[in-house]
Amino acid sequence: MNVLRESPKPSVAGEMPRRDFLKLSVAASGGLLIGFYLPGMQPVAQAATFAPNAFVRIGTDDSVTVIVNHSEMGQGVFTALPMILADELDADWTKVRFEPAPVDPVYNHPVFHMQMTGGSTSTWSSFDQFRQAGAAARAMLITAAAQRWNVDAASCRTENGTVIHSASNRRLSYGQLAESAARLTPPQQVTLKDPKDFKLIGKPLKRLDTPEKTNGKGIFGIDVKVPGMLTAVVARSPVFGGKLKSVNADKAKAVKGVRKVVEVPSGVAVIADGFWAAKRGRDALQIEWDEGPMADFNTKSQREQYAELAKQPGLSARKEGDASGAIGSAAKKIEAVYEVPYLSHAMMEPLNCAVDLRADGCEIWTGTQFQTVDRMSAAGIAGLKPEQVQIHTTLLGGGFGRRANPASDFVSEAVHVAKAAGAPVKVIWTREDDMHGGYYRPMYYHSLIGGVDADGNPLVWSHHVVGQSIVAGTLFESVIVKNGIDGTSVEGLDDIPYAIPNLSVQYHPAKVGVPVLWWRSVGHSHNAFVKESFIDELAVLGGKDPFELRRRLLAKSPRDLGVLELAAEKAGWGKPLPAGRARGIAVHASFESYTAQVAEASVDSGGKVRVHRVVCAVDCGRYVNPGIIEAQVQGAVIFGLTAAFYDELTFEKGRIQQSNFHDYPMLRINETPEIEVHIVKNNEKSGGIGEPGVPCAAPAVANAIFAATGKRIRKLPIRMSEAV
Amino acid sequence: MISFSVNKRRVNVDVDPSTPLLWVLRENLELTGTKYGCGMAQCGACTVHIDGQALRSCVAPVTRAAGKEVTTIEGLSPDLSHPLQRAWLEIDVPQCGYCQSGQIMSAAVLLKEIPNPTDEDIDQALTGNICRCGTYPRIRRAVHRAAEMMAKGGGR
Repeated sequence: MNVLRESPKPSVAGEMPRRDFLKLSVAASGGLLIGFYLPGMQPVAQAATFAPNAFVRIGTDDSVTVIVNHSEMGQGVFTALPMILADELDADWTKVRFEPAPVDPVYNHPVFHMQMTGGSTSTWSSFDQFRQAGAAARAMLITAAAQRWNVDAASCRTENGTVIHSASNRRLSYGQLAESAARLTPPQQVTLKDPKDFKLIGKPLKRLDTPEKTNGKGIFGIDVKVPGMLTAVVARSPVFGGKLKSVNADKAKAVKGVRKVVEVPSGVAVIADGFWAAKRGRDALQIEWDEGPMADFNTKSQREQYAELAKQPGLSARKEGDASGAIGSAAKKIEAVYEVPYLSHAMMEPLNCAVDLRADGCEIWTGTQFQTVDRMSAAGIAGLKPEQVQIHTTLLGGGFGRRANPASDFVSEAVHVAKAAGAPVKVIWTREDDMHGGYYRPMYYHSLIGGVDADGNPLVWSHHVVGQSIVAGTLFESVIVKNGIDGTSVEGLDDIPYAIPNLSVQYHPAKVGVPVLWWRSVGHSHNAFVKESFIDELAVLGGKDPFELRRRLLAKSPRDLGVLELAAEKAGWGKPLPAGRARGIAVHASFESYTAQVAEASVDSGGKVRVHRVVCAVDCGRYVNPGIIEAQVQGAVIFGLTAAFYDELTFEKGRIQQSNFHDYPMLRINETPEIEVHIVKNNEKSGGIGEPGVPCAAPAVANAIFAATGKRIRKLPIRMSEAV
Repeated sequence: MISFSVNKRRVNVDVDPSTPLLWVLRENLELTGTKYGCGMAQCGACTVHIDGQALRSCVAPVTRAAGKEVTTIEGLSPDLSHPLQRAWLEIDVPQCGYCQSGQIMSAAVLLKEIPNPTDEDIDQALTGNICRCGTYPRIRRAVHRAAEMMAKGGGR
């Protein structure tokens, strides 16, 4: 049965009858594959989704292989999830390995019911499932040992990969028990550890995937090679929605190494022996495009349209009191427009996908966050059943949401290319292709009116949000869109925690032909910038300290307040700084976690901003690996600073103006401030950690810039020349 | 036919002479630890050593390597024993890992030239290497740690 993992051939897991997952069988290597029901995961009424799971394999060599159903894109799931399972198993951590799961309903996300990675959910959503997987395995190993020794199972205990019978001083390793445990029936109920007995969970254990990421051996999608594989580079319309009018491929075909030039729905694919020939061939194509309705699209007129939309009544996302009525009674008021641009995910590994398509099956190798959707899409294109398509999830050279596409763009296209190639083929996107390929963080326009009372306390917050819905037109629309409002567009605004008596948030969905997608922290990426900047504006308007005002308005939101106070304390809020430096603060909840950041910044006479230090406080509830949390939050701050300072995609004549890292820069090591991460320890329900560090970075810095210069940043990326 | 040495092994390749060294390493020689990130020497993911100097292999035609000694991440050590690799493991630097070969190869040249680098030296040497995951704080710590290991005689 462990052919499931070893075979490079497709469809084994996919074609395996579900019931086979229930059977415990001795694997070819003599190991134990443990499958089991998840007791209590879901109500009995939903018995149809009461799926069995197969998350661990114990070898006769004592190895413990944890099969991880979330994609590893840097966030540490290949370590955190094995830690959870290994803790309940009482495994010897030095024997624990990881393997990416194949695609099968058994590996569906426990909350989203499809195999996927996203929303900062991997660790918390799989926590109970992986604990139960470990506990069930442990119970069976104990039973196997007790039977062998002819003693009561209750008299045995486990420790560090062994079952021990203290009374007779006997012990057997898990590897020694693997074969007999494999013949047992899995338990229907398991007892979980008391969390105080956790040995691994909560510790900063080293990542299991660091060696292969330090010696060049880790395999990313772009590294995949299968026998006879060709490489394709695709010419796509330079304008979204454009169609191929004509192509002359003579020069492309003349490039040495080019095998075929084929039309696919997304454009023209040049298939060659290797990347360089394919790229040279692609660049030699002479193509005429019918550019379609977006041919004259440009950012300037889009902004004007958004500004007009913002003046209309929108869909109400939040309403407290009477914002329009109360504004007249404000002692002071302020109006502001905030803007953020389209952004590319710009993962270091550009998109790619390798496909081996045959009459009876299809095998795909790619770094994807969206296995179930990609498999369905591939099957539809290939004319196969989903079970005949297997996806090998490689390491992802960054994801940030781009590899979780409801449209399966990079996978679908590769299957189309494979159909025409007649051989295994890997489609590689150049950096420029990746940046021009769409599915961006949408551009957003926010217009606000706020007011304070005679005592300087916020009285009114009236907010119009204009931008594209990410989920409109996708299979997620029916789930996420409520009363016409895409929840991701207003997340962080529809639940503003500040105690402001008159609060109104209205959303204006904009229909634009630019493909958009979730981008690390999604709506929070722009909403937190606006919310945390504007509350700062109200503090200034009312003559209040930005930290003290937030503190007072968050009195009834203990977790927001907790991180706010912790960040302020660690940053030394209010204490003197070197001349020219100032602090800014921001606090925001996202993905069921709470973060606050204090940034220290200075601005030189030429308008160059320098961020010296960022102090972060995070409360993600009960956590698994604080070392990974620190790394994720530091990385998220850098991700947020990159967007704050640099990035912007703009359109002219329907074309994106930026193309690569020279005009779409990334923050570099010499610009990286000191970043401190302070983690709140508590027993609250776990939240996410991959994304929540992003939203506060831009507003904390923008507020620090205001404190240093008196200039307000209302538009990203930050340009001091545009500050008001 | 273009001849050069890769990780102390003599190789002869028959490719279009305009092919960047990167793609020859990755596709012809199957050394995929060296990564493609931008194709225009902007991100450093493709960094290798050529006669001991850092080279962005995505823009260097393979002919540039003719008769020279190329070292890739796979040749830095056979067993993760280079001080930088040991420090990378100790500090747990990588996240997605894609840029790390380039980071390490750039850092290796730095430590050869400046055995005890300051933060500024590190910033300067690694400014050409982008990490989208934002591992820079740990990279800094790990380069310092590797320098310490080398000073204590653990170097190569």
